[in-house]
Amino acid sequence: MQKSIMSRLWVFAVWAVIGLFLINLLGLIASVVTSSVATRWLGTWLPAGFTTRWYFAAWDEFQLGDVLWVTFQAVGAVVLLSGLLGVPAAYALARREFPAKRAVMLLLLLPLLVPPITYGIPLATVLYKAGLGGTLTGVILANLVPTVPFVVLVMIPFIEQIDPRTEAAARVFGANIFQMFVHVLVPMLMPGVLAALLLVLVRTIGMFELTFLVSGPGSQTLVVALYYAVFASGVRAVQSIDAMAVIYMVTTLVWLIVALRFVNPTQIVGRGKRPAA
Amino acid sequence: MSAVLEGRAEGPTLRQRLAARGIDGATLLVLPCVALILGLFIYPFLYGLMLSFEPKDGSLFGNYARFFSDPFLYGTIFKTLRLAFPVTLLNLLIAIPIAFRVRLMRRQRLLTTLLVLPITLGTVLVAEGMLFYFGPQGWFNRALMAVGLLSTPISVLNGYWGVFISLVLTGFPFTFLLTLSYVTGIDPSLENAAATLGAGPAARFREVFLPLLIPGLAITFCLSFVQAYSVLPSAVLVGDPAGATRVISIAAYQAAFEEYDYSMASAIAMIMGAVQLLVVVAVLGCRSLFYRGPAAGAKG
Amino acid sequence: MTVGATTFKQLHLQGVRREFDAFTALKGLDLTIERGEFIALLGPSGCGKTTALNCIAGLLPVSGGRIMLDDRRVDVLRPEERGFGMVFQNYALFPHMTVRKNIGFGLRMRGVPKPELEKRVDAALAAVRLESQAEKLPGQLSGGQQQRVAIARAIVVEPPLVLMDEPLSNLDAKLRLEMRQEIRRIHQSLGSTTIYVTHDQEEALSLADRIVVLRDGAIRQVGTPAELYALPAHLDVADFMGFRNRVNGELVGMEGEDALLNIEGTVIRGRMRAASAGKAAVAAIRPDDLEPTGTDSGIPVRVEAVEYRGRGFHGVGVTASGTELHFASPYPLQRGAAVRLGADAGRVLVFGDAR
Ligand SMILES: Nc1ncnc2c1ncn2[C@@H]1O[C@H](COP(=O)(O)OP(=O)(O)OP(=O)(O)O)[C@@H](O)[C@H]1O
Ligand SMILES: [Mg+2]
Repeated sequence: MQKSIMSRLWVFAVWAVIGLFLINLLGLIASVVTSSVATRWLGTWLPAGFTTRWYFAAWDEFQLGDVLWVTFQAVGAVVLLSGLLGVPAAYALARREFPAKRAVMLLLLLPLLVPPITYGIPLATVLYKAGLGGTLTGVILANLVPTVPFVVLVMIPFIEQIDPRTEAAARVFGANIFQMFVHVLVPMLMPGVLAALLLVLVRTIGMFELTFLVSGPGSQTLVVALYYAVFASGVRAVQSIDAMAVIYMVTTLVWLIVALRFVNPTQIVGRGKRPAA
Repeated sequence: MSAVLEGRAEGPTLRQRLAARGIDGATLLVLPCVALILGLFIYPFLYGLMLSFEPKDGSLFGNYARFFSDPFLYGTIFKTLRLAFPVTLLNLLIAIPIAFRVRLMRRQRLLTTLLVLPITLGTVLVAEGMLFYFGPQGWFNRALMAVGLLSTPISVLNGYWGVFISLVLTGFPFTFLLTLSYVTGIDPSLENAAATLGAGPAARFREVFLPLLIPGLAITFCLSFVQAYSVLPSAVLVGDPAGATRVISIAAYQAAFEEYDYSMASAIAMIMGAVQLLVVVAVLGCRSLFYRGPAAGAKG
Repeated sequence: MTVGATTFKQLHLQGVRREFDAFTALKGLDLTIERGEFIALLGPSGCGKTTALNCIAGLLPVSGGRIMLDDRRVDVLRPEERGFGMVFQNYALFPHMTVRKNIGFGLRMRGVPKPELEKRVDAALAAVRLESQAEKLPGQLSGGQQQRVAIARAIVVEPPLVLMDEPLSNLDAKLRLEMRQEIRRIHQSLGSTTIYVTHDQEEALSLADRIVVLRDGAIRQVGTPAELYALPAHLDVADFMGFRNRVNGELVGMEGEDALLNIEGTVIRGRMRAASAGKAAVAAIRPDDLEPTGTDSGIPVRVEAVEYRGRGFHGVGVTASGTELHFASPYPLQRGAAVRLGADAGRVLVFGDAR
């Protein structure tokens, strides 16, 4: 089959756009990485020399040990809690028809349809009033707002595709709801749960707005610390900010790559959207 | 839980009657989740709404009056929309042809992963990288000058285009992922059918793909718009936060954390949410004019 | 734009090959199809039927060989330029268009003016008896109705060649019979040429003017239903045509056209179908043709199982060497009984050296 000139041109144009996007993206990442290992880099293609000392400097200057520990705690708690809250709710919504179901679905969609800044400000106000502003608990609570609905919406189609007769069989053999959940459903849902939670993980590490509004000096996660570092640049050597950026990038990247090993990215979104139809 | 058998003489028990309406132990599993959203989303929202009607000057609509009379404040709406609309549209317009290309590829994984990469970077890191890469001594300007396309470095930073580029970089992957999943959700045999009936590539896109994609694209638009709409970090870091890119979230942030006027901040947040929801409702409203249903072949 | 929307006398496949990476799905098909013929492409799953059809339709590029309409080469054309009609296995109806729009799609693409388009769509709707469903969406139709829309959509443009890929495989048995007749009727009233893919031998036998048996990407036999039914040329074609019993034996001589085959000490007669270099040969017999002889000639078996089949009995016997034989019996038999089985010489096919 022969392709016309037009269609060849079109294919070329599409690849050109992809190439342009990727080149600039990789250039941008490479800039940060190069700078983070540069001794001095002013007005040349490549820096004068390479060093790893900025990483040690960044580690000390920004108390990265503490920041990473806070990030780890916050993200871990958010992942765990959104799994514990989200998966059972998804089960109920996937399996039962009850009067308020549409309302509940709408309620769960809203936090995903409203920008985090919008509800983040009143939420931060409420949390500060409750004495939770600036604490780790506050950061965790705020981050649960978008992640729990996300888990629910991703899990519903996963659960729907499991034959309800498996559960019926478990019930017939005498398992109560809890046992059925632990012994039958969770193992079958594991791939879906894993996928959803990994995405929650990546999202939460990168979630800037909510954490930014709610966190205080002792409860900053890595993104927020990075923001402050960039915002106040000039105070510190630019290379150590970049070293921190690289550390941040590596933490999220590792998880994204793990996530992509488990799920085809289009599948997860494809599944996530299906309940609407 | 088997011992609860009250009212067994009078027909079905309460439990049975509830179960018949779909309410049983399993249904209750939604409660914690609903409670969380009510407590951490709805309540703060309502609280913020109330707070916004209790401005410092004591009048009911004082905050709103102030917002809509001060160009420095109400102007932020247009500045936000002027960024968010074109960015979302552009992202969608590049995502569609790329998704169509990727759909045909057998080894999509690597390319998809690369295109999705910026999701993990997040706005802050992209902004930081842009300061370097697009800076006067950055590789971008150097490369363009080296090939002779530029004689002096262009500056995209600290202005509209800086934020624009950063939003494209961070927003595209998400738009692309959603679009790709909608595009791959269309049964390829529909395209084959159209081809055997004499439809060329353009006609196939216009007659078959586009009508089937519109609902999904509307949702993609909304979700991408939400992301582009709350542009705080990039607007501050690579934009001009006092001028061209003083977006509404900056105004809200300043009210809350620089002026400590939570009432005003809540009012701005409410306005922000209202504008956002207006856009979403408008887009989704248009969607309902089109076919909605499975995009597979007609057979179930 | 469309080149192919004209009639033709013959469609030629010349050495059509298709490879998927290292795997060859079509190993060079040679076939000539006359105008107006109903051709069934028959073969087991995975033998390349869909691949062949897609190559003809232009949905898959061929890796080698040519497809000619008379002396015009069509394998270089894109599918939309060939002007063939195709009915897809999963129907592939456009879910967002009404039945009427679906059927009119091909005409619209050809720029047929509106009044004529409406007229032809109405005629097609009448041909498949769906006048009352015209304004529905495909999702609101039953399986059989969707099937008929798919057929109407393919034939309304009056394509010179209609391709159908297992169009009935998604329907239940009763509907399948009805639709079979419908397809045949439409084919005849239109006078179009049809290539029909199926793996159901009964469907092929009842519908086709000629059957093309495909196996492992190569044509095994081409012939009329009667030829294929009575005299399959290969053991695997015979297999497909219901020759369920295969017995290994030794050729001991020929008598005219008949071969004499020694099976475990018993000599039976059969039609020689494929010559043999050595003495080893296989006899293929349909269960219905193999019956207890009631005499002391025939292959001795011990009866393993007997089932009532309405008009008679179906038995399974085992020979001394352990070969299972399926046979028919007009009267019931005891399990464990010893009987001798025989068949008419014309009903026994002998394949030499078959592997
Ligand atoms: N895209 C492909 N890539 C690799 N191999 C393929 C591809 N499509 C088909 N094949 C192989 O080619 C062979 C023929 O496939 P084809 O779909 O034509 O079979 P078929 O005869 O239509 O079978 P069925 O009756 O099951 O539909 C099969 O072995 C199949 O595995
Ligand atoms: Mg097939």
